[in-house]
Amino acid sequence: MRVNFTVNGRPQEADDVWEGESLLYVLRERLGLPGSKNACEQGECGSCTVRLDGVPVCSCLVAAGQVEGREVVTVEGLADYARQRAEGGCTTGACGTSLQNAQQWEAKGTDSQTGEGTELSPIQQAFIDAGAVQCGFCTPGLLVAADEMLERNPNPTDADIREALSGNLCRCTGYEKIMDAVRLAAARQSEEV
Amino acid sequence: MSPNGAPTKITQGSQTKGGIGESTLRPDGTLKVTGEFAYSSDMWHEDMLWGQILRSTVAHAEIVSIDTSEALAMPGVYAVLTYDDLPTDVKNYGLEIQDTPVLAHGKVRHHGEPVAIVAADHPETARRAAAKIKVDYRDLPVITDEASATAPDAILVHENRDDHHAGHVPHPNIVHRQPIVRGDVAEARKRADVIVEGEYTFGMQDQAFLGPESGLAVPEEDGGVHLYIATQWLHSDLRQIAPVLGLPEEKVRMTLAGVGGAFGGREDLSMQIHACLLALRTGKPVKIVYNRFESFFGHVHRHPAKLYYEHGATRDGKLTHMKCRIVLDGGAYASASPAVVGNASSLSVGPYVIDDVDIEAIALYTNNPPCGAMRGFGAVQACFAYEAQMDKLAKELGMDPVEFRQLNAMEQGTLMPTGQPVDSPAPVAELLRRVKAMPMPPERQWESSEGADVRQLPGGLSNTTHGEGVVRGVGYAVGIKNVGFSEGFDDYSTAKVRMEVVGGEPVVTVHTAMAEVGQGGVTVHAQIARTELGVTQVTINPADTQVGSAGSTSASRQTYVTGGAVKNACELVREKVLEIGRRKFGSYHPAWATAELLLEGGKVVTDGGEVLGDLADVLEDEVVEVEEEWRHRPTEPFDLRTGQGNGHVQYSFAAHRAVVEVDTELGLVKVIELACAQDVGKALNPLSVLGQIQGGTTQGLGVAVMEEIVVDPKTAKVKNPSFTDYLIPTILDTPTIPVDVLELADEHAPYGLRGIGEAPTLSSTPAVLAAIRDATGLELNRTPVRPEHLTGTQLSAG
Repeated sequence: MRVNFTVNGRPQEADDVWEGESLLYVLRERLGLPGSKNACEQGECGSCTVRLDGVPVCSCLVAAGQVEGREVVTVEGLADYARQRAEGGCTTGACGTSLQNAQQWEAKGTDSQTGEGTELSPIQQAFIDAGAVQCGFCTPGLLVAADEMLERNPNPTDADIREALSGNLCRCTGYEKIMDAVRLAAARQSEEV
Repeated sequence: MSPNGAPTKITQGSQTKGGIGESTLRPDGTLKVTGEFAYSSDMWHEDMLWGQILRSTVAHAEIVSIDTSEALAMPGVYAVLTYDDLPTDVKNYGLEIQDTPVLAHGKVRHHGEPVAIVAADHPETARRAAAKIKVDYRDLPVITDEASATAPDAILVHENRDDHHAGHVPHPNIVHRQPIVRGDVAEARKRADVIVEGEYTFGMQDQAFLGPESGLAVPEEDGGVHLYIATQWLHSDLRQIAPVLGLPEEKVRMTLAGVGGAFGGREDLSMQIHACLLALRTGKPVKIVYNRFESFFGHVHRHPAKLYYEHGATRDGKLTHMKCRIVLDGGAYASASPAVVGNASSLSVGPYVIDDVDIEAIALYTNNPPCGAMRGFGAVQACFAYEAQMDKLAKELGMDPVEFRQLNAMEQGTLMPTGQPVDSPAPVAELLRRVKAMPMPPERQWESSEGADVRQLPGGLSNTTHGEGVVRGVGYAVGIKNVGFSEGFDDYSTAKVRMEVVGGEPVVTVHTAMAEVGQGGVTVHAQIARTELGVTQVTINPADTQVGSAGSTSASRQTYVTGGAVKNACELVREKVLEIGRRKFGSYHPAWATAELLLEGGKVVTDGGEVLGDLADVLEDEVVEVEEEWRHRPTEPFDLRTGQGNGHVQYSFAAHRAVVEVDTELGLVKVIELACAQDVGKALNPLSVLGQIQGGTTQGLGVAVMEEIVVDPKTAKVKNPSFTDYLIPTILDTPTIPVDVLELADEHAPYGLRGIGEAPTLSSTPAVLAAIRDATGLELNRTPVRPEHLTGTQLSAG
């Protein structure tokens, strides 16, 4: 079958999709977006978390056909999504790059292959700064989930953070630096307001 | 053509500062938070096929027949291979003993053993084809424990053993046995006023790294293959893969793809040979990615163990003697079992002074899942038992458990049971003092102005209590772990370091085969290069087999050994750079010949701080490159009868204090806080050190209260291969983990550092158990603790 949907603001078309394929498989193997991760493919670990029409979901549990005509945001689109939200322009994450922005686009000073200089969302930057990334396999799902929580609840208590991220397993960090990262992102966010 | 996701160099540019001792941020951090970092399961190649493994549905059986015809006939299927298709006489592999069949031959020895492999154009096609392979099994009796393994008529898991342990084990179903005898236990026992005995059970833990076993094998024009793989040791994999493929090692090119955690679970091969076989057979790139279900069968686990201990002490609290017997279940194949036995026996006393000991550790061959390396490696099981014994003794003597431990704590100069002196700081009593001195978390922390916050109570949002029946307990534990490969192993690493001038700036490239599995070795290598060579810009090349072996990312050894190799190569590069400088500029300034020279801030400076010249002017267009192996101090094997020998390189110590709250009515445990104090020698990257300690602590918490692979004792089949049924700690299960880091240099190690990754996994578990005992008054001789152990409602023991 063919599935048409929007990913990170851009219309996408996936062809020859077998009915049993998950959204996760289509993103990773058909659309070249492997940022969403495949740690369990059982809906238990949260590493594949994306936003479907704004709602965080395990993309491994969403059949590809269910996303027909809908809007998906993945970790690859998180920086754009956060920027648009900060500019107040976009609430669905599906606004993409405006024509004006596209015409004014120019390469930013990036530093070799490390991605230094890449524009990041506050939560992405906080994960790096706080040391919340080790192997990084849980990171994309945690970022999408944490970003969504901060959108709903800009001043979370520790218990709020733990509750919101309890569907995302991490095996490396013991979660302490993840807590630090979310607190840091929240603090930076409130300073800006 | 390189596949998508092939790793590239990572450069930390001129804006990044940070030599050793600074919390430099990860060079791969941005890639990892944007989703661009390619893990082994993200590899993609045009025209690639998907591999699938068919695994045995029974634990122990003869294979009567295999019929692949229906699978082969399926559209989209390119190959179906069984044992008969293996190309050479080498059909087994293994870390130390080559006892593991690439594909089962005539017999399967554990549930989930690979029997056949399939390549197809879609993963679901491959799965369905594998399901159509008909395997006819004739069941054999299962060996599941020591009694069944060593019974007089026991069926042998491996017949005709000829490995180097076969000659000294008391039974062919015992992989390896290591006794350690020191002093005179019978005599010392007479001095004991108090004797305590205990029998302890340690459940089977899974590494549960999040990135599943996966990789991409690409056939090459010269008949070789290029494997992009997540592993802990590229060269160990290579040594095992090449003979099975019938290829010389230079035709098997290995590149480290992104690794999503390891914790010991990637020391053994998983899908490596299978992917290469399918790629070479079909002439197409083949990707294999396990799902979580398969991952539980696809790697070895932590050895479950039975531990029998006897300790004695005098009335004034001095330990007199210790006897122990540690029985580790190695499962169907040897994997790392012999080395785990060596660790369990040599570290079975713990960080205490006991001169008279009688120790025996064995690993069994059974039909249970194969067990091998996991963080803590034999020391974890022992620590769980000896720390329970310490609490029992303290209680018996009416002493404070921390003071009792401090009274018997080892220190620098103490002899290990192997007779090896501990010749660097061993601040065991001090770590206990520090962890005890940390402020306690407030009582009844769940109370708020709006009533109980159930999220902070046992049972959490299940809303099972608002504080009724909840009892607090506090427990302490301390442990000792060896660092590096032991028992005479040639545990070297290799580093290639290059310095040149690019765009007027001196830059350094570091190339090693070290497996970055998340620990942050890439960060530390760049820090070492900055410190030693006075540059800011450092490029880390992808790890591959184009450079010499780095050894394993295991045994808390990589910062020590590959870090040591990078430091050593940098020092050699510096010497060469200074030689060039002397040649060019020596006649202009006498300090070139007479002063101690350093490289700092892109310049050559004297140890007095005088600048002699810019590195850019010294080097001009010359490139200085060094590739060199580096070794730590050699070790010796343990004597097979007495266990004596200088077997270990270095020791690492951590202590924990656990605070728990237990709902005694429902048997639910909430760990409130797990404080840790650890000596790290020198924190090369303090942020990463904390991450290691907190992560290791949490894995110890997991096996204290939730994590266990449950194997049916009647069938030896795994009952819970999923994250639905095998629970690892979530962020709700994990408490705050305050850490107190002590830095007492080990003069034998680079920068005085101590390997740190494993020690916190040891003492975490017994500290939690001690706290639960403190809360409930129960004896609790097994881990993990389940609710029924606390409520007394279990149907049967175990």
